[in-house]
This record gives sequence, C-alpha cells and structure tokens, in this order.
Amino acid sequence: MASLLQSRTPSLSFSSSLCSTPVIRPSVSFLKPRSGPRIPVVRAKIREIFMPALSSTMTEGKIVSWIKSEGDVLSKGESVVVVESDKADMDVETFYDGILAAIVINEGETAPVGAAIGILAETEGEIAEAKAKATSQFSSAPAPSAPKVEESSPAPKVDAPSPPVDAAPAPSTPGKVVATPYAKKLAKQYKVDIGKLVGTGPFGRITPEDVEKAAGITPAPKSNVAAPAAPVASSAPASVPSKAPSNFPEIPGSTVVPFTTMQAAVTKNMLESLSVPTFRVGYPIATDALDALYEKVKPKGVTMTALLAKAAAVALAQHPVVNATCKDGKSFTYNSNINIAVAVAINGGLITPVLQDADKLDLYLLSQKWKELVEKARAKQLQPRTFTLSNLGMFGVDRFDAILPPGQGAIMAVGASKPTVLADKDGFFSIKNKMLVNVTADHRIIYGADLAAFLQTFSKIIENPESLTM
Amino acid sequence: MQSAISLSLSSPSTIARSDCTAAAAANSYICTPRSLRFCGLRREAFKSKSFNSLSVSTRLLPCSRNSSFKKVCAALQSNGAPSKGEFDYDLVIIGAGVGGHGAALHAVEKGLKTAIIEGDVVGGTCVNRGCVPSKALLAVSGRMRELQNEHHMRSFGLQVAAAGYDKQGVADHANNLASKIRSNLTNSMKALGVDILTGTGTILGPQKLKFGKGGSGDTIITAKDIIIATGSVPLVPKGIEVDGKSVITSDHALKLEFVPEWIAIVGSGYIGLEFSDVYTALGSEVTFIEALDQLMPGFDPEIGKLAQRVLINPRKIDHHTGVFASKITPAKDGNPVIIELIDAKTKEPKGTVEVNAALIATGRAPFTQGLGLENINVQTQRGFVPVDERMRVIDSTGKLVPHLYCIGDANGKMMLAHAASAQGISVVEQVSGKDHVLNHLSIPAACFTHPEISMVGLTEPQAREKAEKEGFEVSITKTSFKANTKALAENEGEGIAKLIYRADTGEILGVHIFGLHAADLIHEASNAIAMGTRIQELKFAVHAHPTLSEVLDELFKSAKVVSSSHVAQPVAV
Repeated sequence: MASLLQSRTPSLSFSSSLCSTPVIRPSVSFLKPRSGPRIPVVRAKIREIFMPALSSTMTEGKIVSWIKSEGDVLSKGESVVVVESDKADMDVETFYDGILAAIVINEGETAPVGAAIGILAETEGEIAEAKAKATSQFSSAPAPSAPKVEESSPAPKVDAPSPPVDAAPAPSTPGKVVATPYAKKLAKQYKVDIGKLVGTGPFGRITPEDVEKAAGITPAPKSNVAAPAAPVASSAPASVPSKAPSNFPEIPGSTVVPFTTMQAAVTKNMLESLSVPTFRVGYPIATDALDALYEKVKPKGVTMTALLAKAAAVALAQHPVVNATCKDGKSFTYNSNINIAVAVAINGGLITPVLQDADKLDLYLLSQKWKELVEKARAKQLQPRTFTLSNLGMFGVDRFDAILPPGQGAIMAVGASKPTVLADKDGFFSIKNKMLVNVTADHRIIYGADLAAFLQTFSKIIENPESLTM
Repeated sequence: MQSAISLSLSSPSTIARSDCTAAAAANSYICTPRSLRFCGLRREAFKSKSFNSLSVSTRLLPCSRNSSFKKVCAALQSNGAPSKGEFDYDLVIIGAGVGGHGAALHAVEKGLKTAIIEGDVVGGTCVNRGCVPSKALLAVSGRMRELQNEHHMRSFGLQVAAAGYDKQGVADHANNLASKIRSNLTNSMKALGVDILTGTGTILGPQKLKFGKGGSGDTIITAKDIIIATGSVPLVPKGIEVDGKSVITSDHALKLEFVPEWIAIVGSGYIGLEFSDVYTALGSEVTFIEALDQLMPGFDPEIGKLAQRVLINPRKIDHHTGVFASKITPAKDGNPVIIELIDAKTKEPKGTVEVNAALIATGRAPFTQGLGLENINVQTQRGFVPVDERMRVIDSTGKLVPHLYCIGDANGKMMLAHAASAQGISVVEQVSGKDHVLNHLSIPAACFTHPEISMVGLTEPQAREKAEKEGFEVSITKTSFKANTKALAENEGEGIAKLIYRADTGEILGVHIFGLHAADLIHEASNAIAMGTRIQELKFAVHAHPTLSEVLDELFKSAKVVSSSHVAQPVAV
C-alpha cells in the first residue's frame, strides 16, 4: 500500500530488531537513543516500532491512528500506523512479519522521533514477553518514552478527586452505562473509568461534565458554545430539559431566567476585566463647599452627577495618565478627549451614558445633555469612554469598590457624603461633611502615586468647587 | 444499515450512488443552471424580436417562423400551438422534481408540446425536502463550526466572541431558500409554456393517462411519449416508529424544529453524514448506527477513512457499526428514545441506545404507487420501475413498453437529483429522434460536509475489479490539499484528491476529492470523463494560480501515462 497522503513521498518503514544494530533504510532516518545493549542476546525476535522521521525538520510525530490493533498479525510491507508530522500524514509500514504485541503510544498522543511507539513480536508465544517488556521498559527508562509527559499530567488528577464519586454505589442499572458520545471521548482522553461514574444528565446518563468533574477539570469557560440556543429554545419539546450550565446542585423549585442581551454584555465585560491587574486607592474628601454650591446651582438644573463628572474631568485634564488606556499590554494610549461614563442603574441592568468632552463643556451644558444621554444609552448607542464614575452615595453607601471596565484606565466609586467629626491640627473638633471616593485603576499604566496625585487634585477641586461653574 | 438497504434495493445500479438522498446532496448545480438556461433562451427571444421589428405582446410569442431561430420556434410551438399528431401532448412528464423539470425544459427546446403533472409541490424532494434546504442548514453549520473553532480563528489573527445561533432564524433560512428555488422552477416552466397540471398522474394504457385528485373529476389526456419521474420518499425500515418529533426522517429534520442534545443517526451515508455535520455544529452529540462494518460505506475506502478521521473522530460523535436498529420507540411518558440493536449478521441483540432523538437516514424508497403500472403490465422491483440503459420501461415479460420512460429515483439507477435531470435530457433526445445513452460513470456526486467530499466514476475497489475482468492495470495518484497555496491561505489544508486511471491509455476511471470545496472541484474530472478527455491532454490545461483547482492540476500532472500518442497538438492562435 502506498503512503496515504502524499503520493510523491515514498512510503516509509520502521522498526529494527533489538538484537541487531539499527538498519538505516534509504528513506528513513532512525534515531535510536538506546543506551547500550540491555539485553545481550535475545533469540526471540521482539522488535520495537519507532516513531519515524518523516521529514528532515520533524522532531516529533503524532499518532493519528493505529491501522492495526494489538494482537493483529502483520506482514511485511503492510501499513500499521498513520503518523502526522509537521508536513503531512503518512501511513507507515513494517519491514517485518510479526504480531503487534503492544501499542505504547496511543492515538492522538505525540512521541519524539526515534521513540518506541509499539512492540512487534514474531510469534504468539512472545506476545506476553513483549508486553512485559513494553511495560517494564517504559516505566524504568522514561527517556525515550516522552509521551509520559502527556499522560502524567491528567493521571494523578483522575485519582485524587474521584474517590467521592467512587464512593457512590455502582450505577442503578447494573451492566448498563449510558454515556453521551462526547462523555465517552473525554473519558478515554482523561483515562476516567466511565463505569464508575454516576450520571447526572437526563435519564441518568453520564454527561461530558460528569467526566470532566471526575477528571478534576473545571469546564472551560468556552463550554457555553452549546448553550446559546437557550433563549430561543422555548419551542423545544418538553422531553428535552434545559441545559444545566454548571455543576451546582439544583435546588428544587428554583427558576432559571436567562440573561438578557444587556446582562450578557455586562457578564462578558466583567469576565474580561479579570485579565487586567487592578488596584484601588481611597481618599476622603470634605464636601461642605460642594454641597453649598450644589444648593446654589440646583435650581438651574444642575445635578450632583454633573458636578462630580465635571470635577473628575477637570482633574483628569491635569493627570492625563489616569485618562489613558492600556490596549495591548505594551503601551499607553493617551486619549485626547475626556469622555466620562456615568453608571446608571435601570430596571434589570446597568447603562453608562457618556458625557463627551466633560472637561470642555460647562456645567450647565453638561447637565442639559445628561437627560438626553440617558435616553440614548437606553437605546444602546454606546459611545467611547475614557473614565467611569459610579455613585452609590444616594443610597447611603459610604464606600464601595468598582470593577474596572475593559478598555479604560480607571473608574471612580463615590460614596455618600456624611457629617463626620474631624480634629484639626490645633486640636479643635469640628463636624464636616465627608465622602469617600475609591478609584480602581489598571496598574500596568497607572501607579499608586499617579492615583494619589489625581485624587489630591480631585479633592482640591471638590473642596474649592467655584471653578467648576466657570 | 442504510447501505445494506441500498444494496438490496438496487442491485443493478452502482452501489456507491444508490444512496438517494445523495440526491439531497447535489442540488444547487441542478436548479440554478436550469434557470440560467431559461434566461439564455429568453434573451434569444428578445433578439429575434428586434430583428423582426414585429410588435409582439407576449414575451415568447412567435416573432418569426424563420428557421434560423430554431429555439424560438420551439418555444413557440410548445407554447400553445397544437401538436401535429392526434395526441394532446408530445410529452407528458409525471412528477415535477428536478428530473421532470430538466426534461421539460429540454423538451421545450426540442420543440415538443410538453405538460408536467405535479401531485405535491413543484421541485420535488430536492428542492423542498432534500438538497436545497439541507444546503441552507449546512451553510449555517459551516459558519458555526468556523466561528467556534478558536484555534482556527486565532491562526488567522481573528478574535470572535462565543458564537451563538437563533434556531428559528436558521430554520427560516432553509425554508426561504426552498420557496425561492421552488418559485424559480415554477416560473421557468411557466415562462416556457410548459403546462403544469395538478393532481396525481395515473397511466391508463399506452400513451394515455389521467390526472386529478382521484375519482370522476379526473381529466384524461393522451401523449405521444410519457416520462415517469415520481421520485422517492425516505425509507423507514420495519420496527421503527416515526413520530415526527423524537424519531424523524430527513423530511422533519430539515425543518429544524428542535436541536436535540443527543441524536442517533441511523445510517452513515450521505444524508446521515450531512446531518451529523449540522447537528454537531449546533451543539448536539451524535451516535451513528451503521449496518455495515465500517462507517461511510459507498465512499472510496481510503477517502472514507480519511473523512472519518476529520469528520467523525474529533467531533462529539460515536458509532455502532455492524448493527441494525431493530426497534426504535419514540420518546414518550418521560422516557427517552429507545433504540434496540441487533447484530447485522447473527441477529443477536447488541444492547440498546437511549437518546433524545433519532434520525432515520437509511436511504430512500421509490415513490411509484398509484402510477397505474398494472395497466401496462409493468411490475416494479421492490418499488423501482425497471428500465433499460435508455430509461425505457420494461414490462413483466421483459419487453420494452413503447413510448414510456422512467427517470430519477423512481428507477433507482442513480439516486441523485442531477442524475435524474441528465436522464430526462437523454430521454428527450431519444424521443426527438436522436439516440442517446447517458454515461452514468460521468455523473459526479458530492457530500456537503465541512470539508466536502466529492467523487465521479469508480472507487478503487470497483476499478480493480474491472481491471481484473478486462485485463488492464490500474494506476493511482494522489495529491494533498496541504500542498495547495489557496487551501493553506484559507487554513484548510486538510484533504486529498485521488485519481484512479489507466496508465496505458490515460483514461480516467475515477476521481475522489475530500477537502475544501471538493464539490465544486469535481467537475473538471466529471467533464473529462463525459467528454472522454485523456489525462495526457488534461496535463496541458492551465489553471489559475493560486486556486483550489490546482489540486486537480497537480493530480493530473502527477499521473504517469505510458503512451502519449493521443495528445492533440495545441493550436496556436
């Protein structure tokens, strides 16, 4: 049989005898890292099957599939295994008649060129011996059998977490194991004994999640690929229970409400934020002057949000790094505009209208824009933002911590302004309104001192707010 | 299971192709080219108009009796002019599927007054319940597959957030496509003046038939020649209860009413394979149940092996081979679908499979009931209408029935939409006085998985068998998509093309392709077989670079033909 995939490449053969010096075949380069003759004379012909070098650049190969299985009788020239190299897949044939005694490297696993991937016995009587050789050789001499690396990582994991599962009695229907195709695949991959699992899927079947759990693997976050049908799955027949998205035990009587698009978007953003190294800096700010100003401008339609946004914008103008973004993990992106997003809770979610050029527009214009902006944001016309302001002060929250949305350098969380007893440096007590602001920032671009300086400026503006009305 | 059935059903035909819904596989280049041809014809009609400066009110009314405008005259004749003989029609076709449609269009071109009888919907299986809607689903599954393959996307430098789909949107796409193609087909026939008669067609005797809803309201018509083109329906083996919800056939599956978590597909031929592609892309897990010992029977073994490595092994699919589904009970009373398996040879029980749904893709059965074949002494063979190589119907005494032909799935020769159409055209050629025998070995077939599989001619074992008998040597050459620039640019290097040929003559015996756009690539080979072009000639044909067609270019170039005496000298222009 010719090689499977490339007509032009001559088909390759492998295997050399343990008792002879390696034979170099014209088209094959054998690299046999053998450390001297371990077995001086072996009468029985037990041969190793090596990972062949299929190209000059090939250092390791992946077993695509074994054409023959253990116990099959091979004749010279027959294809035995399909190997995938960096260039192509190829059938590899044997030069010797014999019996495939043991497969050392399983399908899908990788071995370096020259490593033994199987054992060939000449007669049936030698199969046991060959098998023993396969196991002893490859447990005592780990050097040539590189695939151990792959095996060893999942193996201990399998055993450790499985006892709790094992503790459960054998499946209720003896002798019958119902596992989905993917669950079976995973079980094979992670070497989990599927017979010992108890299925949690519909009709007690073993699901891929069950196997992953037994193997001690937390399902990858991308496992939601199958789930998107959920919002529209209402028409599915009752016989198909909705997918349980996680491993949490189900509490009877609970209802599952799928995320709306907005909620899904929030979830996505929040998860993405986990990849950013953030830190937080808090700062107390006296607000008596700000409160007084607010009383003055309130009749003119100015809101506290606008005041805070304006103050933040003015401070940001002096500390451009806090208004910057780290887009690629390698550089600062300094934004020419100061666009302040303000988090607003709406029924069942969160919107963030953006005040564009908040440092340049005056307070009254900002306030005027505010209302239409909220409507715009509701209609999901998102605008670029460089900084976010989140205020929970109106609910009496004194301090909190905000998550930095992806694509921004910093976010400010503003707590309630409360009367606080203060002692000044002369030892006099006084009562002043104070609020706590807490800024979360991306430490790749904004350092502690940057935030401190920014907050100092911000605090000065709040404590002397007259400039805001100019 | 499917192929076992195909085997028993269609002994005279090429087994590889007898799987019908392969018909499903190959639609697009059937339907579209037809309407294109129609457009061409119409253009000619306009041309003649301007030549004649006659004012004509209807598009296709005769503008000229000038014999130089043959096609236009043809259209004119069929368009209401009484036929010369004593018959109502020159040609009546029973069944308006792709086969009937192809025959009707060609008949008009040949100047025959033509009618077509449709009992269900114009377009037949291909357009309504086969190739066309399945291609819509496969178009979706291909994209889903690509978007879900993060590794693939990342190798392009693309980032895509978790892809999702709206089931109704997908189903609507399939449905809209079917109705669009159906109306295209209907319009093309109407525009050419083919009479579309509604109802069931029944043959009453030689050259005589009736149509209607049955009963006394039927209309009796006569025709000089009659073509049976009634097609096929999904085959449901005994013991299987189809409820249309949890146990379904391709008819139901194409509506995509639900996407089960786990579906068993009974039969791993074209239909089963295509649906496994759709379902796994949409998130289902699939279990194949195949009666033969290996999956994908009917494909060239080598291609099947590779396809299995790409289309089955890495996906959420497992399989039981060598077993029949002896009994399938639909899901009810809170129980899953239960499939009982028995060994295909020993008939011993081989356990049960419990799944959310089962798709029966075991092949297709001819739809020939109620045709009135008994009136002309024709006996069907397992439902198929027996025909000779010219599609002439053979009666129970082995004699030809004059003026009666049968094309498409109903004769079981090759259950593919485009094969039906080709047979129809061949019949029209014959009734208009020109002998014609269709070379079925030149008809390509395709399976629209991702990547696609396509083939024409013989498989390797078939070629070797033929070589044994006729005493020649078979040569084989292969090329890999991994060496093709365009395929690599698309990050789709998986695939091979295989050429089976005679080194002594350069004759192509078969070509099999598995890889990106294989279904579109096969035609260079199928045309070569149809035209009798030899490899030594093809070696000089130029292919644009970089294109996937270079896979075939390389394939032909790598073939070693001993004699090169046949090469036609290229003519310098």
